[in-house]
Amino acid sequence: MLIPHRPEPSPPLAILPTFVCPPERLSESVPDTASAPVTTTATTVPYTTVIGLEVHVQLQTQTKLFCGCSTKFGAPPNTQVCPTCLGLPGSLPVMNRKAFELAVRSALALDCRIASFTKWDRKNYFYPDLPKGYQISQFDLPFSSDGTLEVVDPKGAWSRKVGIIRVHLEEDAGKSMHDEASGVADTRIDLNRAGTPLCEIVTQPDLRSPQEARAWLNELKLLLVYLGVSDCNMQEGSLRVDANVNLHIPVDGGPDAGGRIAKTPIVEIKNMNSFRSVERALAYEAIRQYEEWQATKAEMGKTPKQTRGWDDPAGVTRAQRHKEESSDYRYFPEPDLVPVTVSDEWLAAARQAMGPPPAVLRQTLATTWKISSYDADVLVNQGGDLVAYFEELAGKVGEGKVASNWMQQDVLRTLNERGGTIGEFPVRPAALADLIGRVAKGDFDTSRAREIFAEVLASGRPIDDVVASMGIAAVDDDELVALCRALLAENPKVVADVKGGKEQAAAGLIGQAKKKNPNVNPGKVRAMCLDLIRQM
Amino acid sequence: MQPSDLSAVDLVNAVRQGDLTAVRCTEAYLDRIAALDGSINAFLSVDREGSLRTAASIDERRKAGKPIGPLAGLPVAVKDALCTTDQPTTCASKMLAGFRPPYDAEVVARLRAADAVIVGKTNMDEFAMGGSNENSAFGPVHNPWDLARTPGGSSGGSAAAVAADMAPVAIGSDTGGSIRQPAGLCGITGLKPTYGRVSRRGLVAFASSLDQIGPMARSAADCALILSSIAGHDPGDATSLDAPVPSYTADLERPLEGVRIGRVAAHFGAGVDPEVAHAVEEAFAAFRAAGAIIKEIDLPHADAGVATYYLVAPCEASSNLARYDGAHYGHRAEPGKTSGGFESALVEMYCRSRAEGFGPEVKRRIMLGTYALSAGYYDAYYAKALRVRRLIRQDYLDAFAEVDLIGGPVSATAAFKLGEKTGDPLSMYLVDLYTVGTNLAGVGGISFPCGFTKSGLPIGFQLQGPALAEQLLLRAADRYQHLTDWHLRRPAIAAQRC
Ligand SMILES: [Zn+2]
Repeated sequence: MLIPHRPEPSPPLAILPTFVCPPERLSESVPDTASAPVTTTATTVPYTTVIGLEVHVQLQTQTKLFCGCSTKFGAPPNTQVCPTCLGLPGSLPVMNRKAFELAVRSALALDCRIASFTKWDRKNYFYPDLPKGYQISQFDLPFSSDGTLEVVDPKGAWSRKVGIIRVHLEEDAGKSMHDEASGVADTRIDLNRAGTPLCEIVTQPDLRSPQEARAWLNELKLLLVYLGVSDCNMQEGSLRVDANVNLHIPVDGGPDAGGRIAKTPIVEIKNMNSFRSVERALAYEAIRQYEEWQATKAEMGKTPKQTRGWDDPAGVTRAQRHKEESSDYRYFPEPDLVPVTVSDEWLAAARQAMGPPPAVLRQTLATTWKISSYDADVLVNQGGDLVAYFEELAGKVGEGKVASNWMQQDVLRTLNERGGTIGEFPVRPAALADLIGRVAKGDFDTSRAREIFAEVLASGRPIDDVVASMGIAAVDDDELVALCRALLAENPKVVADVKGGKEQAAAGLIGQAKKKNPNVNPGKVRAMCLDLIRQM
Repeated sequence: MQPSDLSAVDLVNAVRQGDLTAVRCTEAYLDRIAALDGSINAFLSVDREGSLRTAASIDERRKAGKPIGPLAGLPVAVKDALCTTDQPTTCASKMLAGFRPPYDAEVVARLRAADAVIVGKTNMDEFAMGGSNENSAFGPVHNPWDLARTPGGSSGGSAAAVAADMAPVAIGSDTGGSIRQPAGLCGITGLKPTYGRVSRRGLVAFASSLDQIGPMARSAADCALILSSIAGHDPGDATSLDAPVPSYTADLERPLEGVRIGRVAAHFGAGVDPEVAHAVEEAFAAFRAAGAIIKEIDLPHADAGVATYYLVAPCEASSNLARYDGAHYGHRAEPGKTSGGFESALVEMYCRSRAEGFGPEVKRRIMLGTYALSAGYYDAYYAKALRVRRLIRQDYLDAFAEVDLIGGPVSATAAFKLGEKTGDPLSMYLVDLYTVGTNLAGVGGISFPCGFTKSGLPIGFQLQGPALAEQLLLRAADRYQHLTDWHLRRPAIAAQRC
């Protein structure tokens, strides 16, 4: 579909972002304590940054919110459409029950109150990617409200409880692609995404720094992925964030000293394509607002809310056209749909069907497997599949701490280097448990086991094969005795030292033993040598 | 005997029994359309080839001993607001001129499944907005009883097609009276079912919370036949009622003994033509004679009906018609003829496409609705209208606690002259006075002829019933039609042999 479109310096109305940033991991790194939010804002800048977020999350349904079209990403333009999502005359919406269930699940996980009665409203505006001329959304009676989601620093340095004002369900618009090549400007419209279910999550302005905002978004994303509500893939647009930010600046020493708090005008930032962009945009905006305030002393309420777009390559926010803020959406109840009622029984069933949220899982892992809360945090932040891998491994190894060390030092490091998911990881928990078990049995030591692990990954062959081909074989006792006798014969000084009470001198024999036979177990060599010296 | 002399019930029986072929039946009606519609303009498109092909396939199946449907070979004229894949669907608007939907409306699909033959699409007020059919972008429909007069609207083409025997039955849609008022003005029978009884899927929306599709025919018995095929739950329409469909034809003969019919004194106040009032009172007398009990009742908020309707309907319409913006389908203004002054090429395309594509009445209602939904006006207009709508609905609930049906005139006058009210939208809006309440309350209503003016124009009687009382509405009208012959009278133009 081609729409005549004249080239303009800035695209008209609200243009959805084009996604250009590199792929990010499921969980981005959490800010370290050195830049912990509370300390940063409190000690280094003369203001408090006040941030609220609006997050749009695409729900993981097979079909769209009001029709049977597929929601699969990446299909050729306008191939996943039907009369309803094309907005053809006479077409009608029918609610996708699954989408509503997923939305309720998200709201429950955010500790929201679920309304027993909720309805749909039409949000009216003209745009070519909105074929009906209105978006079916929820206005005054959202299905849920009044929740919280807390983000806790894994090292315990800080935490922040963020209030959720409301979570509502709505349909997505299509995508406009402005093609201004060769002087002839066209806008191309792809309606595959039109009608995809979106959950809009609106927070209270409870966040106090860009770092906190990023950490909180990580926690939200983790939660929604854990619950199977969304894949939260920002590149594919299944998670989008807008941020509202302003500064609270103490004037004349602030209220404690008889002064007051000046509040800068609220700015809404759009077009942020990664959590890193959110953090950068907010950090930029805080500085910009502070400079503007110093220059103008403009305060909230005296100017209309401004919308600014984040220009990621340039690292700045830019004012967007004023037009869209003044729009009147003429919301009214959607007459083509019936209100939804939620019974207590249905809600109880929905609660039951929910897995544990990450916050609960962290505690469970820490207590069940006796690992530190920091380690539990690292594991949980990698997602449910990795936790399942860990739990299987820990169960087979019988030692949570050992399993956790292997996960963090070997499995995770390898995943980070090689990419891919834990589901595709070639060493399955049973094989790794076997390897760890052989170390415990004394077949070989940990560093030898790591070599085997690396070889298994490199070759893709089973552990037994690798062990055999590397010439690793258990050293039998006769062999060990012979080797130790030879060692002692070659090292009379060590023998003398040990006899003189310096048992630690035996450590000098280990390296030599390994040279004679790389398969020997250092602990066994040491014990055997001490035994032999005692018998001398 | 000509097929056009038979009722729909008899036509179907004749086809099913092999006494008449579907082709002959269809051909007879197509010939009448060809002969008469030049002066009536009831059809926007006629599918001669397609309908004869369908008819032939029905005949073949019957000859082969295969099952044929309950509407076998019955020609049906369908209001051009219902989507049809094989014929354009324009809503009598330049905006959708030549538009061909990729899907059939649910009602059309059900008609086809019942082996009806859809002969053509009927003229209407643009997007069903109007009460005289003068708002069609393709010229007004002429009333078969007097070609200088309006057939009513918005389903005026459907009413005129049946009145002139160009189709034995037709499908209309009723948002504020658009089936019942033209049925009344054309001397035929039209049923507006309970909201949700018939699927709206594929009906181009005017006001979603009020729109309802229904049958229009020569008699209540014929309407019952059609309703039996089109009523019932549609999972594709969230507002469709999931209630069992009774047999509308089986119960017709049951006498009206003890049925309580309400009479509203206010229906006979100022503004009602004395000839209309007289005919309606006669009808009450006939019902009394048939064993019904006539009881005076009150609908206290009926006065507010038209005002409420003209807020609720335009508000919904302003949103429903937003999709006609030239971007994806329908009329798009040619670029480059601009006088300038638009903020972007996109806005220019929107403005000019809509300015060119919509007629004045549609624009008037879009503006009314847009205004009433705007920030600062919503509470004073739309929200208040919804509150009054609830009061009106309550009036009906209270009334139906006392009576089984409510009787009265369909409209205050018989058919008025074309052009008579076009300069005065407000007086045009008042033609819906007696019919909008049914839609606002979401209940059902039927209109049928109860007499004629001295100048030979039909006068309509309306019965309204509680939710899902279609069986009783059809039965009462059918019983009345066994006592009277108003519904059998045909206009002079229909008597022409074709
Ligand atoms: Zn679709």
